[in-house]
Amino acid sequence: MNRRRFLNALGVAGATAVVTGGGEVEASTVVAPPNACGVLVDTTLCAGCRNCEVVCAETNGLQIPDIDDESVFEAERATSETQWTVVNRYETDAGEVFRKTQCMHCIQPACASACLTKAMLKTDEGPVIWREDKCMGCRYCMISCPFDVPKFEYHSAVPKIQKCVMCWDRIREGGQPACVENCPGEALTFGKRTELIREARRRIHTAPEDYHDHIYGEHEAAGSGFLYIGAVPPEQLGLRTNVRTDSYPELTKGFLYSVPVILTLWPALLLALSRATRKQEEIAVRQIEGGER
Amino acid sequence: MNGAFVAERPATSELKRVARFVLGELKPKGKLLTPFNVISVPIILLGAALLVVRFAKGLGSITNLSQDVPWGLWIGFDVVTGVAFAGGAYVLTFMVYVLRLETYRPIVRATVLNGLLAYMFYAGALLLDLGRPWNVVNPVIGNSFGVSSVLFLVAWHFMLYMIAEAIEFSPAVAEWLGLDRLRTVLKVMTLGAVIFGITLSTLHQSGLGALYLMAAEKIHPLWYSEFIPVLFLVSSVFAGLSMVVLEGTISHRVFAHRMRAGVKASHDGILMGLGRICAGAMFVYLFLKCLVFVHDGHAAWIGTSWGTWYLTEVVGFVLVPCVLFTWAVRRRNLLGIRVASILTLLGILLNRLNISVIAFKWDAPVRYYPTWMEIAVTLAVVFSEIWVFRWIINRMPVLDRDRTDVEDEHRRPVPGTGEVKEWRAPAA
Repeated sequence: MNRRRFLNALGVAGATAVVTGGGEVEASTVVAPPNACGVLVDTTLCAGCRNCEVVCAETNGLQIPDIDDESVFEAERATSETQWTVVNRYETDAGEVFRKTQCMHCIQPACASACLTKAMLKTDEGPVIWREDKCMGCRYCMISCPFDVPKFEYHSAVPKIQKCVMCWDRIREGGQPACVENCPGEALTFGKRTELIREARRRIHTAPEDYHDHIYGEHEAAGSGFLYIGAVPPEQLGLRTNVRTDSYPELTKGFLYSVPVILTLWPALLLALSRATRKQEEIAVRQIEGGER
Repeated sequence: MNGAFVAERPATSELKRVARFVLGELKPKGKLLTPFNVISVPIILLGAALLVVRFAKGLGSITNLSQDVPWGLWIGFDVVTGVAFAGGAYVLTFMVYVLRLETYRPIVRATVLNGLLAYMFYAGALLLDLGRPWNVVNPVIGNSFGVSSVLFLVAWHFMLYMIAEAIEFSPAVAEWLGLDRLRTVLKVMTLGAVIFGITLSTLHQSGLGALYLMAAEKIHPLWYSEFIPVLFLVSSVFAGLSMVVLEGTISHRVFAHRMRAGVKASHDGILMGLGRICAGAMFVYLFLKCLVFVHDGHAAWIGTSWGTWYLTEVVGFVLVPCVLFTWAVRRRNLLGIRVASILTLLGILLNRLNISVIAFKWDAPVRYYPTWMEIAVTLAVVFSEIWVFRWIINRMPVLDRDRTDVEDEHRRPVPGTGEVKEWRAPAA
């Protein structure tokens, strides 16, 4: 960043802070760039081998899980501060189905709009990443995420937020997320989100008897980078169905829009009120004093 | 402008005088072995020890926080409830400096001091809860402004409001130190600071509620509403004033020796007035609650145990104290006002904890309960604040005299002469 850009940014930031007192107006303007990437998860192709868990841990320096241990399937697991992705087994109308879970990489992420230091950031490429040098550990992202994805290291003096970053480094170098590249059953497809939706539609259209006609993530939470299709409705696959289809940051928009209004109108009204309530005696004092000068 | 350079006393000797005076004031006044000290000192020391563990081993070492419930007692009580309790300062400065309701002037300094300390300690307790507190400057210095975040707004407003309150209180410090000319300068800034402070309070009192807007599915429907910010703002009015009633009641017993006779005599009338405002604000709040309840179609929830809990809060701790305030004001019953204010404070505590902790993730299999260590740290924060409050009350002119009263009495036009009678500082 050169000096002029820095000064510009400082000026704008300063003006924003002064005028709106830090409040902001861009709540819901986090628009997905047209070439944002995503991953299509076809649960009809997932065999539950958990290879994605292993390569994820290897790529991101996490604890390597023991994939020979079948007992993990007995209870539904959530991602954790040591596991960015987990595979769960569900008993459905179509029999046993496995589904990988991780950060959804929303187009309008609640976590990123909640973050007061922009540590949680929606990148142009699509992944929602976390930046260590920015984060102050307030955990407001965890409060806001409708999928409860960000995980916090409660037992560390230097805690981090842990979550899938869709292998942002690999994507920027033209690669694919490690889980996608190493999925033996080709249950995972990486690509431009718009193309993935087209591909999902094509699969559902060509084999309507094999798929439930719904792409989870097309509209949920106003759209996400990870998309799920399967033989059964989403609730049977443990996908959250209480999630809104409107944008989450939009929920704070009304409040944030009122900020500049109140910050500019209130002082004027209060000053007017304070003048109107001046006592006659005080006015007289001022007039006499003014006359003397 | 030569006058400005002609000091009555050389600046260095003035500085020495102030330094010597402050050193003298640092000594404890009064007995050391009081019941309050005996209880509070061990808890403060325990809290400090627990915080050493917390910063060495992480938040999980002394708290029950989990991946499902990332904000517990420290945010739900210290910050969210504490700031509502501190709302008295902005309401009272509005009444005294903007509406010029002179009746309330005798308590404005104590209230502003209380507000300032509450923000310093309770909003300061936020730092204890931050996982990476060394990055707390990031949203301030401008290298990464998360301007779309409600928390960004709340953080900035906390900081700015603390400055505004410090300015509002600063004349008392100048009077204490005997710095008359500094006091004159600081006094000029009061109205500006008050207006800025009220504006900031409007936004961050509601902003604390707005923090939870994105947790739409996590908070029980009886407590989640798009109107949380408005409800938080309206309830901060009676929360703050009830705290003023309670604090005034306690101060009048504990700090009676610091009060001048006139203040004591006018205090009953002040409490009545505050009770009346509380009743009004609570009526508005209840009306809003009804609108939200009907509009969102919550009737079906009332039959559940969550419904009973909701009614306990809204009827038992809002409607009942509202009626009690109204009754006590009509009968001029001080005890009624005091009991109502305590019920009101409990109701605010319930409401804030319900939204932030109890009804948060209400359908999760594992519930959050604070550990005894979280409670100990919270008590340590509260006791530390009371210590500082007591230290200041016993030294600075907060309860006993406010020079403004005297000034106002003497700065009057002499009828028919076109002259102003001036108040003069008594020679030191």
